[in-house]
Amino acid sequence: MTRILHALAATLLLALAFALPARAAIDIVPVTSPGGITAWLYEDSTIPMVSLEASFRGGAALDPEGQAGVVNLMTALLEEGSGDLDATAFAQARDDLAADFSFDASRDEVSVSARMLSENLDASVDLLRAALVEPRFDADAVTRVRGQVVSNLRSDETDPDAIASRAFYAQAFPGHPYALPPDGTLATVADLDAEAVRAAHRAALAKDRLMIAVVGDIDAERLGPMLDRLFGDLPETGAPLPAVAEPATAGTLSVIDLDIPQSVVVFGHAGIPRDDPDFIPAFVMDQILGGGGFGSRLTEEVREKRGLTYGIYTYLAPGDFGALYMGRFSSANGRVAEALGILREEWARMAEEGVTEAELEDAKRYLTGAYPLRFDGNERIADQLLGLQTAGLDIDYVNERNDLVEAVTREDIARVARRILDPDRLTFVVVGRPEGVQATN
Amino acid sequence: MRLAIALLLAAVGSAARAADGDIQSFTLPNGLQGVVIEDHRAPVVTQMVWYRVGSADETPGESGLAHFLEHLMFKATDELADGEFSKIVAANGGDDNAFTSTDYTAYFQRIAADRLDLVMGMEADRMTDLDPGAEAVLSERDVVMEERRQVVENDPGGLFAEERRAALYYNHPYGRPVIGWMHEMEQFDEEKAMAFYRAHYAPNNAILVVAGDVEAAEVERLAREHFGPIPASDAIGPRIRPQEPPHRAARRLEFRDPRVRQPYVTRSWLAPQRRPGDQREAAALYVLAELLGGPGITSVMAQELQLAEGVAIDAGASYADAGVDPQSFNVYVVPKPDVSLAEAEERLDALLARFVAEGPDPQQLERIKTRIRADRIYDRDNLQYRAREVGSELATGLTLEDVEAWPDLLQAVTPEEVRAAAQAVFRPENAVTSLMMAPETVEVVGQ
Repeated sequence: MTRILHALAATLLLALAFALPARAAIDIVPVTSPGGITAWLYEDSTIPMVSLEASFRGGAALDPEGQAGVVNLMTALLEEGSGDLDATAFAQARDDLAADFSFDASRDEVSVSARMLSENLDASVDLLRAALVEPRFDADAVTRVRGQVVSNLRSDETDPDAIASRAFYAQAFPGHPYALPPDGTLATVADLDAEAVRAAHRAALAKDRLMIAVVGDIDAERLGPMLDRLFGDLPETGAPLPAVAEPATAGTLSVIDLDIPQSVVVFGHAGIPRDDPDFIPAFVMDQILGGGGFGSRLTEEVREKRGLTYGIYTYLAPGDFGALYMGRFSSANGRVAEALGILREEWARMAEEGVTEAELEDAKRYLTGAYPLRFDGNERIADQLLGLQTAGLDIDYVNERNDLVEAVTREDIARVARRILDPDRLTFVVVGRPEGVQATN
Repeated sequence: MRLAIALLLAAVGSAARAADGDIQSFTLPNGLQGVVIEDHRAPVVTQMVWYRVGSADETPGESGLAHFLEHLMFKATDELADGEFSKIVAANGGDDNAFTSTDYTAYFQRIAADRLDLVMGMEADRMTDLDPGAEAVLSERDVVMEERRQVVENDPGGLFAEERRAALYYNHPYGRPVIGWMHEMEQFDEEKAMAFYRAHYAPNNAILVVAGDVEAAEVERLAREHFGPIPASDAIGPRIRPQEPPHRAARRLEFRDPRVRQPYVTRSWLAPQRRPGDQREAAALYVLAELLGGPGITSVMAQELQLAEGVAIDAGASYADAGVDPQSFNVYVVPKPDVSLAEAEERLDALLARFVAEGPDPQQLERIKTRIRADRIYDRDNLQYRAREVGSELATGLTLEDVEAWPDLLQAVTPEEVRAAAQAVFRPENAVTSLMMAPETVEVVGQ
């Protein structure tokens, strides 16, 4: 089902066919520009549009001490005026081209997402370049957008999910940038000004941390110079990346009082880095324990059998600078204790017993069968091509991935379950008025 | 479940060859409407089955029953055990889910295109052969009550939205929340759910939408095989709900909750929906919402309320165009910290009055139309979105002709039509103005 195709264009180093079931295959091509910038390209001219996804590694984890939220604020300001255009003129120019740009900051990256009409591609690229390379950060725009961030932070003060997540990360990563929320705190954001934002721009948007995926109505020959046009004028290097931290989860349960009818529970402990050889077995284990929605053990036991929650899930969070294994559910204050008990039991059962052959086969059938669903549509493909790069995977991973899943054995899962799952370190933050739940810190 | 007599039944009409992205359709003798959107870029298919029943079709006192039944549809049938539907989809590498609104309930799967036969057979099975069992029903009732706590009660914004709706519609069942009022959800049982199921789930109350790497003729053949044997129900009638009387009093709500950290003001007006063969006014309202308060800072509300001497952190407008009965046009303003809700509302009033008097800036109207044209291209990339659009349009009573006419109607909207639509809708007695506040918020400047 896998085959290798040969590159046609001179700029192509390697072309690769990703064989989907049945007959379709997609060719992913690395394209390197004359200036040395590389993007992964999938060409499909069915629809006269081009999708571009880019990521600058680092993100909010680059926030300097005392300036939590500055990379997020900077990112929100990229579309608020650049070059000769103030915020309104920039927005009008973008609307005239019917281009969509979005800029987002998370703990690990600043991401750029664009979709552009073929007929307006060159002008759209020029405008996107202006946003990335020549943002103005006008004082009035800084004040206005900072006001929006502050408003959201104020609302977060009574949002149980925001409270729980903040408390969990603060406990897990003391002294590390991960301890603070990517959008900052009321105290830090209030002091951020245009000067701080400019410094964050220089620190975060640099070519030494850039990854790009392009999908749609464009060929390699045209893409190369476009990459130089878009990103060539960014600085070669940005701020140093933070150190990788080992999460400090001590197995405590915290209760944060909030007058709401349903307690929100965020839980987790250390996870597994994306480049660990055991990542795929861990991924399959997670699918069976709580990652797989219907059919996962936690959904079956907590929701389906007992009706204790609308949703319970787990996920591997292999952050670039610290890896967690996390989960979330919410139950009525009077029922949350029972759900917590079942969750603890299931955590221990997986750590001790691993999975059955039938569970493993079910998980493999789903994961291998569903993988092609991630590739239907230009934007989905672009997301995948960027995701592979940010995960540090090779361009031929799409061909190997299902084989890696198929190769996982019960013994592999038993090994990673013993290694990762640690009921004594499983740490909980409960926000609400839970009944019969004893805080331990 | 059914006898294999499918091949004896001929379908009405047949699908002609069409280009990728075109909408093709057929109707079975039992009334099931089929829609196919071919797209051969990836070997994936989305199947959706839409029922023309939603929360507005519930009996008073049973709010939330349509949504509850949606959950029960994943329980046992005469052929499948509890939960087996989703397990089979997953075992074939597919994803599945469902959703309920005021006017429809829809079920969908995304899966490899060669598994369409399998999932269509399962959808046909649960169209009439659901048999969840009393125990599963009670356990699932706990789940939907937890869902209500999670999405409504844990969030003051969720509670606020419910109150606004109840005030806007004081006679039409749109005033009830789709999830249901808790005291009525507590009374759900198997008998109520199954009575609702038997009353509304039938091929002549359903629309099949299939989008992806399929041939329309083959979809029609499969539909005939799986759904064809299910008899039409004579319980399906026109959707006649209690309508709103003329509204004669401007209404105001004050919602106070200690969890509110960011006050804001909203206003909702009753507004006409897209009607079969009569979509002009709705097209003008659609364009009006984009002009007044579409995303970004080029809208009238953003320019006048957020930029320059603005009073707002955020402001916007929205209009739900498709629905069986009249919909709503909505605006919101989130004031800056040193601005009172009263001042924000005054500025909003002035803006709306000026807009009704002057009409839109023609250049901005052109930008909106450019945007709408581009979205038709971008939307082709997302098949699930397209399937969902067409399904919701058909499930709310529009025809395929209406669906196909809509983009051109949007392009044809004139500045005067926008102004007239605003004037017709923005009447004080037609509106509910709602304030979201913390208990200690007082209506003075500063805090």
